[in-house]
Amino acid sequence: MTEDKEDKNKFVEKLAKTEEAEEIVEMVNRGIEFTKELLQENERLRFKIFQTQQENQELLRESKRGGLSDKLREELRRLEDEKNKLLAEYAKVEQQNQEYAMRYVEVESENNNLANLYVCSYQLHSTLDFHEVLQIIMEIIINLIGAEEFGVFLLDEKSRLLRPVAMEGRELESMPNIPIGEGAVGKSAETGANYYAADIENTQRNREPNEPLVCIPLKIKEQVIGIIVLYKLLPQKTQFANVDYELFTLLAGHAATAIFSSRLYTEAQRKLSTIQGFMELLTH
Amino acid sequence: MKILVVEDSPTMRQLISFALKRLRDTEIMEAADGVEGLKKLNSDTFQLIITDINMPVMDGLKLISLIRRDVKYRSIPIMVITTEGGAEDRERALALGANAYITKPIQAGNVLEVVKSLLGIP
Repeated sequence: MTEDKEDKNKFVEKLAKTEEAEEIVEMVNRGIEFTKELLQENERLRFKIFQTQQENQELLRESKRGGLSDKLREELRRLEDEKNKLLAEYAKVEQQNQEYAMRYVEVESENNNLANLYVCSYQLHSTLDFHEVLQIIMEIIINLIGAEEFGVFLLDEKSRLLRPVAMEGRELESMPNIPIGEGAVGKSAETGANYYAADIENTQRNREPNEPLVCIPLKIKEQVIGIIVLYKLLPQKTQFANVDYELFTLLAGHAATAIFSSRLYTEAQRKLSTIQGFMELLTH
Repeated sequence: MKILVVEDSPTMRQLISFALKRLRDTEIMEAADGVEGLKKLNSDTFQLIITDINMPVMDGLKLISLIRRDVKYRSIPIMVITTEGGAEDRERALALGANAYITKPIQAGNVLEVVKSLLGIP
């Protein structure tokens, strides 16, 4: 009985040892697996280090060759070019702006001149009354040209004399008739060409009736019907502007037409009233 | 905004009105002399008066002095446009109460600039 018990104990002990051995084997196996994994990781890390070292060496070599600086210099050059292009573009736009600003001033001035010319033209043709037309011509010369002493002479075809019909700054009665072809006034009326005194810049000098500052013949096509004569400008008007010469041209044509039309109309009205009077006499 | 232009020359009145038409929402009333100007002033409200000096019936200086004596119109700016370019003429007009003084011949652009400045228009 005792022997049996001992055998049994031995068996159990042996069995226990076998289980323990299995556990140990299991542990060893796991250890082996873990070691393999560690070795693999180690290998991967080594490769990674190798790669990094190679990259570093490459960068180092590139740095030694100056490759990076070239790239930077290239980038700098590109940016510099771009900056110059932008600056050139900016300068171009700036110049365009200045040109536009100057053009605006020119257009503005031209608009003002056109406004003056429009108003003159409109006023000259606003009436058929001869005296009103003369008054408007005088207003234009005072207010738009800035003359202080001047007059309007009309040509008497029969006597070939230029007779003063309106005067500003001088007595109308004191002005002589001027024969066509005589002096600056007579010659300007004869040729139909505007006259400008040699000392035109001397706008304040007192001048004789036939030694004017400016003459503007009044023409319908090429036929001269009279002349505007300027002797003196207002003290504040020291010189003629471009628009004044345009006004002279406008006056030469439009004032002549307005004077001619108003005289024709006045004459027609006079004839009409004569005829009407005559008819009344006949019918009564 | 209403502007009164007192000027005996129809040509000048038209020229000034032409220049002022460039201002937005502006109505221009015209008078041929000082008396007509005062009548218009009594019947309407104006933000600016532009006047000549040499006019028949009542000249511009008389008109300015009458306007400045009246409390109702004292604050209305007055601009003078005249052929009188002498310093004493200018001083007299300004002393009577004119706010600006420009001489003929005029340029529409100059008139517009002075008007804008008197009305505080940028």
